Amino acid sequence: MGTQNFLWSFAKKYFTFGLIALTVSDRYASIVPIRGVSMSPTFNPRSSTLTGLTDDHVMVEKFCLEKYKFSQGDVVVFCSPCNHKEKHIKRITALPGDWISSPYAHDALKVPEGHCWVEGDNFASSLDSRSFGPIPLGLVQGRVTYIVWPPQRVGKVERRIPQDGLPF
Amino acid sequence: MRLLGYLGQWGNVAKEAVDRSMIVAKFLCLLHVTNNYLCSPTLVYGPSMLPTLNLTGDVVLAEYLSTRFGKVGLGDVVLVRSPENPTRIVTKRIVGMEGDTVTFLVDPMNSDRSHILVVPKGHVWIQGDNIYASKDSRHFGPVPYGLIQGKVCCRVWPPDGLGLLA
Repeated sequence: MGTQNFLWSFAKKYFTFGLIALTVSDRYASIVPIRGVSMSPTFNPRSSTLTGLTDDHVMVEKFCLEKYKFSQGDVVVFCSPCNHKEKHIKRITALPGDWISSPYAHDALKVPEGHCWVEGDNFASSLDSRSFGPIPLGLVQGRVTYIVWPPQRVGKVERRIPQDGLPF
Repeated sequence: MRLLGYLGQWGNVAKEAVDRSMIVAKFLCLLHVTNNYLCSPTLVYGPSMLPTLNLTGDVVLAEYLSTRFGKVGLGDVVLVRSPENPTRIVTKRIVGMEGDTVTFLVDPMNSDRSHILVVPKGHVWIQGDNIYASKDSRHFGPVPYGLIQGKVCCRVWPPDGLGLLA
């Protein structure tokens, strides 16, 4: 009887904790690891073979999802348009109505209503809007605000607007 | 001595208040999780899904499990975040999954001109049941699977229309 009670209260405690954690991570903020070098030097500046398993962990805030208001230079987490199970982290470089120089056609392209143009900071190895085109803002899952791990890299993620004249 | 007594009393009150608000908070968390991961009632309106859904406000039950596990298939009615305005959610029917060939009338009001295209990887083709008054994939193209929010499984209001939606 005693062990059963104990197990029951244990399970209840964990269930409650799970509920609260899920709600907070859905509505307010969550912490995600970053894999790959597509956003270096902002995240994972050195190649991962040297540093071992210290991937950067970042805090993602979800308040921006209420109005879907973003500004140019925000780093966002979004579902990949090609595979909904993958999440990508990239920087927004153009918002609806902006003109962007298309990498392949050598002409200007207007970002359609409700879409945005995302690019990685590492132009050399990044799968982004230059290959799959503008993405709907509805795919965005949150905005990256702080690096929280490893300790020597803790800090704010600045909003940076990449200079024009992309290096192709 | 009296001061201590007061302090003790207030301590009890504060403890009680914290306990009560924790219960409310837990309840709200449970509500959020149920609404976002299991199912929630949704009010839908507009002409685009006639005759399946009425023009003026049906309440339908949307479930989120099959979307999360990728079990949404051809012919399902789904809630999709509009690609043109992310704050709006629209109700449409899936007409083509990734890799399917879709044939559609470009402008059914005026001409019989039709287009054929293959739905790209990770996307779905959505259309309203009322092709004359629906803004759907024929305007904005295939939508990424990630925009699908949930699957409409049954109608709960009005009572005479109660039942599963095919």
